[in-house]
Amino acid sequence: MVRYTLQRLGWALFTLWIVITITFILMRLIPGDPFSSEGKMPPGVYENIKAYYHLDRPVVVQYFEYLGSLLTLDFGPSLKSDSITVNDYIRDGFPISLHLGLQALVIGVTFGVIFGVIAALYHNRWPDYVSMILAIIGISVPNFILATVMIQYVAVEWGWLPPATWETWQHTILPSIALALMPLAFIARLMRASMLEVLRQEYIKTAKAKGLTQTIIIMKHTIRNAILPVVTMLSVIAANLVTGSFVIEHIFGIPGMGEMFVKGIFNRDYPVILGSTVFYSAILIFLILLVDLAYTWIDPRITVTGESR
Amino acid sequence: MIIKTQQKLRTIVISILLMLVLAVTGCVGNSSNTNASANILNVNNSSEPGSLHPAKAQGTHESWPLRHLFVGLTMVGPNGKVVPGAAKNWDISSDRKTYIFHLREGQKWSNGDPVTAQDFEFAWKHVLNPATASTYAYQLYYIEGAQAYNESKEKDVGKLKALADKVGVKALDKQTLEVRLVNPTAYFDQLVSFYTYYPVDKNVQESNPKWANDAAAFISNGPFRLTEWKHKRDLKMVKNENYFEKDKIKLAGINWAMVEGENTAWQMYRAGKLDLALPLPGDVVGQLKSQKAKDFKIAPEFSTYFYRFNTTKKPFTNAKIRTALAMAIDRATITEHIAQGGQKPAYALVAEGARDANGKEDFRTVGGAYFTENVEQAKRLLAEGLREEGLTSMPKFNIMYNTLDLHKRIAEAIAGMWKQNLGIDVGLENTEFKVKIDREHKLDYSVSRSGWVADFSDPMTFLDMFTSASTQNDTGWKNKQYDAKINIAKQSSNPVIRMKAMHEAEAILMKDMPIIPIYFYTKPYAIKQNISGVYTPADEYPVLMYANIM
Repeated sequence: MVRYTLQRLGWALFTLWIVITITFILMRLIPGDPFSSEGKMPPGVYENIKAYYHLDRPVVVQYFEYLGSLLTLDFGPSLKSDSITVNDYIRDGFPISLHLGLQALVIGVTFGVIFGVIAALYHNRWPDYVSMILAIIGISVPNFILATVMIQYVAVEWGWLPPATWETWQHTILPSIALALMPLAFIARLMRASMLEVLRQEYIKTAKAKGLTQTIIIMKHTIRNAILPVVTMLSVIAANLVTGSFVIEHIFGIPGMGEMFVKGIFNRDYPVILGSTVFYSAILIFLILLVDLAYTWIDPRITVTGESR
Repeated sequence: MIIKTQQKLRTIVISILLMLVLAVTGCVGNSSNTNASANILNVNNSSEPGSLHPAKAQGTHESWPLRHLFVGLTMVGPNGKVVPGAAKNWDISSDRKTYIFHLREGQKWSNGDPVTAQDFEFAWKHVLNPATASTYAYQLYYIEGAQAYNESKEKDVGKLKALADKVGVKALDKQTLEVRLVNPTAYFDQLVSFYTYYPVDKNVQESNPKWANDAAAFISNGPFRLTEWKHKRDLKMVKNENYFEKDKIKLAGINWAMVEGENTAWQMYRAGKLDLALPLPGDVVGQLKSQKAKDFKIAPEFSTYFYRFNTTKKPFTNAKIRTALAMAIDRATITEHIAQGGQKPAYALVAEGARDANGKEDFRTVGGAYFTENVEQAKRLLAEGLREEGLTSMPKFNIMYNTLDLHKRIAEAIAGMWKQNLGIDVGLENTEFKVKIDREHKLDYSVSRSGWVADFSDPMTFLDMFTSASTQNDTGWKNKQYDAKINIAKQSSNPVIRMKAMHEAEAILMKDMPIIPIYFYTKPYAIKQNISGVYTPADEYPVLMYANIM
């Protein structure tokens, strides 16, 4: 097990190195320059700036310098901002993106499961139709449209909640709902299908025959079994929510990591692009590693070499 | 049993929905501006300032807050004229190459330190130090020895200091600053109001070089002082009680949001979270204009929207063809139906916003229009141009524009006009902004969308961009006569000679037409009606220092 863990850790680090290298190369291949603008910067000024950020050195030297700084967990400066480093960006932005993503996950799972259960229990009746219409809307309406509509009515017209920014817990409600809509709809549909399948199982009939109450049958035997596919999908949904909130962050003016990443690309802010890519890659690679290790612990049939018996 | 369970479930569902509604409605807050009574103004800076150090700042997101934190030797006043700032007055030598600025007595930094001429000398030399890597260092190249110091590759500290000592700025005493210029620069009194020329507290900079990154350590000499800087969230500043003009400052403070999305910021304004919305989304501008909304204003802006030609690429090598294309655009359609922000059709490069030699009339008014829209004449010029180039028809080419819906719609309209008026097939090519800049520098385009926002209120800010030596010409166009005129204007101290040379230069540019002027920008914005005292110089964002909330 220890050998397997070390082996997987080695592969994880190798994967991360590949990601860093590819990102580094791709970044330099994009046309454009971090300091180019429609301004009148003379060549002398341009050279000073390149020297300041060590961009006057050969690319290979820059690459190894960057790898060296990563070993000390230093993601470098932002080329567009003198007041903030990439580490600051991540330190300030990631907790917000994480907060938003987790809040959306909780809303999505809670209401997704509730709507799915209701739809299954009221199969082919109005609660089922309403839940599924909502689910279809959730899947087909892009979250930025929902976000815009919510800001327009809930925040501006009715004045119930703040329209944007990230200050109090009230500010978190609208973006979380907007972000949760898609997973909510997805989970509702998944839960409904799974519930219907479980409800048709023999052991449910047996439970009924044994005289168990409907509530106990639903809570103890149906939901518990039906929720398994949702749990399986949770890691994917969670990863999407935490890393995929760029648009929502932009619409609601949320100072998370999404905006930083997108702006980094537009500005050719190399350390910001690299820093955010490396950071997210490290998280994902670590999660995959954790899941793989957890599998071997949960399911003894999976051997430490990763092959099934 | 099943019916009972269903009733229970229904009750649960209704309860959950009710709780949700209550949770939402429970947060009902007062959406109107709660800072009105505290006399605090809420505005949106659109983005995080890259730096609030005068030497490192560049662009609107930095200059707007900085304008309220610092004051230079001069500033642009409500009537658009240069007025004394940190300097109470100044003397100019007869050759107009030496300025002696006399600072106001008793001025203090926000920490109580005296503001001295040494602080100005120190700050300007700090900007020019190559190790500072200031983007806007070239704004100081008007000063003797400035360019040599800034562009020096010298590593020896002693030799570098010798270069710094040769820079033509010297504190003669605590209250007097001498500045020696390379050429007489008519707009130098205005240049020193630019943020790169702001002073820096020498003691603070030397003891804590990172002072500008931390609100607690931030020291300024302007009407406000920084109290809070939450990165990517907001900036807060309060009235600086040490400011020399503090009695004229009515606001207790200004809060600056950093919301990137124009639509989001507009909704915040509507919800009462912002007192001023700028920039406004394009469709909102059109809507407010047609509604004649009372809180909607259109301020002048000293900037021009234009198209560049790659004059090294056939058939754009031919001036007649370039002129034909310029004449076949219906600019009023673009400004009234697409841009919709009160923009003015442009028939010259220099926008409205700079005074001419007499100091009263605008440079644009004196210069007038250099061409007219005339489809028949455009057709004739195109035919002649094509004949001269040995072509029978115009080859298909692309208009390159950077990703923005407005640019796309304008490019579509212009392509349509050229098709309809001249029978030319034009394609559209959308590129990301940095790619567009890169391709412009490499002359890898046919026609490219461009714009220029002035740095200061003088026609030179536009005109020297198209000299042969300019790194921002990006058209491949070179004209010795033009260069000579710009040179005359740069070296002359006589405003009549300067303006005449610049008018003549612009005439040459518009005769050869390496660029097509499309329109002169404006600054449409919305401001709550209970706010007074805000003014908008043509080359600046709204100045809020004299604002008052009723």
